[in-house]
Amino acid sequence: MTGLESTLRGIVRAAAPIVIAGQGELLTERAGVINLSLNGTIMLSAMTAHAVVRNTGSLTQAVLAAMAVGAAVAFIVVFSSIALKLNQVAVGFILTILCADLAIFLGKPHFNQPGKQVPHTPIPILSDIPLIGRVLFDHNVLIYFSLILIGLVWFYIYRTRPGLTLRSIGEQPEAAFVRGTPVQALRYAYTVLGGALVGLAGATYSLSVKLGWKEDLSGEGWIALAIVIFGLWVPGRVALGAYLIVGLRSVAIDLQDNDVIDLPAQIVNMLPWFLMIVTLLFATSGVLERLVRFTPDRFKPTVRRFLRAAPPRALGTTFEKH
Amino acid sequence: MKVELKHISKTFGPVRANQDISLTFEAGRIYAILGENGAGKSTLMKIMSGYQSADSGEVVVDGQALTFNAPTDAIASGIGMLYQDPLDFPPFTVLENFIAGRAGGFLPDMDEARHQFMALIERFEFDLDPDAYVDALTIGERQQLEILRLLSLNVRALILDEPTTGISAEQKTALFNVLKALARDEAMTVILVSHKLEDVIELCDEAYVLRRGKFVGQQSIPCPISALVELMFGKVIERQARPPVEVGDPTLVVDRLCITSRRLTVENVSLEVHAGEVIGLAGLDGSGQGEFVRSCAGLIKPEDGRILIDGRPMIGLTYHQFARAGVAFLPAGRIEEGLIGEMTVTDHFALTLPSRAPWVNWPRARHTAQARITHFNVKGRPGSPVRTLSGGNQQRFALSLLPQNLRLLLLEHPTRGLDVESANYIWEQLLERRRGGTAIVFISAELDEIVAYSDRILVFFGGRVTLVDDPEDMTANRLGELIGGRL
Repeated sequence: MTGLESTLRGIVRAAAPIVIAGQGELLTERAGVINLSLNGTIMLSAMTAHAVVRNTGSLTQAVLAAMAVGAAVAFIVVFSSIALKLNQVAVGFILTILCADLAIFLGKPHFNQPGKQVPHTPIPILSDIPLIGRVLFDHNVLIYFSLILIGLVWFYIYRTRPGLTLRSIGEQPEAAFVRGTPVQALRYAYTVLGGALVGLAGATYSLSVKLGWKEDLSGEGWIALAIVIFGLWVPGRVALGAYLIVGLRSVAIDLQDNDVIDLPAQIVNMLPWFLMIVTLLFATSGVLERLVRFTPDRFKPTVRRFLRAAPPRALGTTFEKH
Repeated sequence: MKVELKHISKTFGPVRANQDISLTFEAGRIYAILGENGAGKSTLMKIMSGYQSADSGEVVVDGQALTFNAPTDAIASGIGMLYQDPLDFPPFTVLENFIAGRAGGFLPDMDEARHQFMALIERFEFDLDPDAYVDALTIGERQQLEILRLLSLNVRALILDEPTTGISAEQKTALFNVLKALARDEAMTVILVSHKLEDVIELCDEAYVLRRGKFVGQQSIPCPISALVELMFGKVIERQARPPVEVGDPTLVVDRLCITSRRLTVENVSLEVHAGEVIGLAGLDGSGQGEFVRSCAGLIKPEDGRILIDGRPMIGLTYHQFARAGVAFLPAGRIEEGLIGEMTVTDHFALTLPSRAPWVNWPRARHTAQARITHFNVKGRPGSPVRTLSGGNQQRFALSLLPQNLRLLLLEHPTRGLDVESANYIWEQLLERRRGGTAIVFISAELDEIVAYSDRILVFFGGRVTLVDDPEDMTANRLGELIGGRL
């Protein structure tokens, strides 16, 4: 394996949890709900997966338990928003702190204990393809799932009828309601589904990426939340954001061992956040429209389609007919 | 399709939006529902289109009484509504909007949808690109899309809520032609909700008029525009002899003022208001009078022209500088714009009373609150949150908050929603201020209020104004014609 191959392969692997959590949060936010609890949820579900696998030995049960934890936390967010009319941001924020502390408290007996790992299953033939074989097809089931999920979510929201409905309730719930869409029920469904994926992201940490329970997962959930914004709620771009951040992180680690370039690792670590602000500025300032105007007519529709993105307009709001 | 509304009533809290309204809409005819803001038009149409349910009464379609639990129920029965703000999805393509919400398989058949859409486009000669994004369309084009969508769902009765707001003249002509064709050729029932009388005269066969939640009359069209105005505003009482006004120096001078807002352009308004004068602003809602008073209060920056208060140029100054110059504005949205609903009467005085101290002088605030609410006859306690006061008490309270020696007082619908007694009380207070030399400019939808209290009247129509300063002209017919745009 060449150096580049192994670096890329490492990025695909290390980014898998953020990719999964990002796609989950994307589904939730496309429905108009912000689940801000990601950071705590990922910690709690990672700890849960590790604890379950230590007690039962079953990886399936561990994954399912982690997903149930994620779904349950997400349910609290959407229930308190729709049924109790509480502020989504406030509830999510409280939950993220609560879940993190809960993970540390309940995880005490499992801290730094050996666990079990999802078995490595290279895909025959495909994994022998030069370069991309090693990068994409030499992993375990969870990592493969993270890759498939990107395409799956993209296809779902842009090509299917339920996907169209999903986008409609996050954009203009009133119009969706008038067309017969059960807005509230679907918001429950997509928030819980998104939460289950965040739980799966947690399991991916403790069963594959950062084996076991080490309490050092804090921050990952915030990154997942940030890349949804950075990716402007488009599945491919959200995933790209995840790979970019993890890639820069590995560059930062390499730089620490490098004697030639004396750049503090923190600077490199800060780059993604800087990029994020720039992306947001671009997306909201109309610069993109100007960019489209300069492209040749023949490519205009394609370029426009590629650059188009806007936050779901009803994000974080509650729907009430009036 | 024949649609009947029978004894529809609906209340929202203390507001009786619809009171026992019964209307019949025959197939193949075009109807207008007329009424000022708050007359109950929107509520009635929302009930008819299944968006809201009535407290009592029923919707009868072709002789069959129906219950609608959701807009889709109404659409299934053939009643579709075009909402005032297009209820569509701006980031979607036209075609995606066309199919959004429709039943069907997991993967939508886009070719089939495109085929159907193009057929409709051709039939109505609309120019819409199915692959364009909706956020790049004009309001008129979005309306066309929504009409096509409703027609594709086999709607037989079409309700349009203020469809001509924000669309171009060509789009309006195209829309009206389509609506006429639908009624004539396909026996469709068309209902236009509007307060634009010229549109109603141009398009409709029959007008139903609502006022304050009640059905007050109907009028076959064609008819003179003043007949509709009279139904909408009520008969105007004879103007009573007035004590002569002691006119002082000009307090407010407006010189060739032009204001551009999202909805319309107000052009070239010139006006001099003297101390102790009362100017009534008449006109249909949204004709520019709201923009005009907000400019005079320093809340909207005009495009062009001059505003002088006591000879001092005010353009470019802030609202607070206007206020310091002695200008006050009472907006129509008392709770939305004027008062802070959750704060108490005393809190409001604590906020309003001038003070340089960094802390609140609560004893003084309580004392003032008690004194003022007694003087202004506000029924409430100093500790009551303002939201809990009734409309009339809120308005009296809002007046009591104003500083004593104002130069100019601007009011928007000062007596809307008030009973006669409260309205009279408000006017007593206002006329007292007038005797003290305050110039008063007020907007009202009640012609008799305008005629009774104004020294001069400024009539707004589509952003243009006509000044009526001859008492001989202050009759219902003359004002009705001006309000309806006949000069």
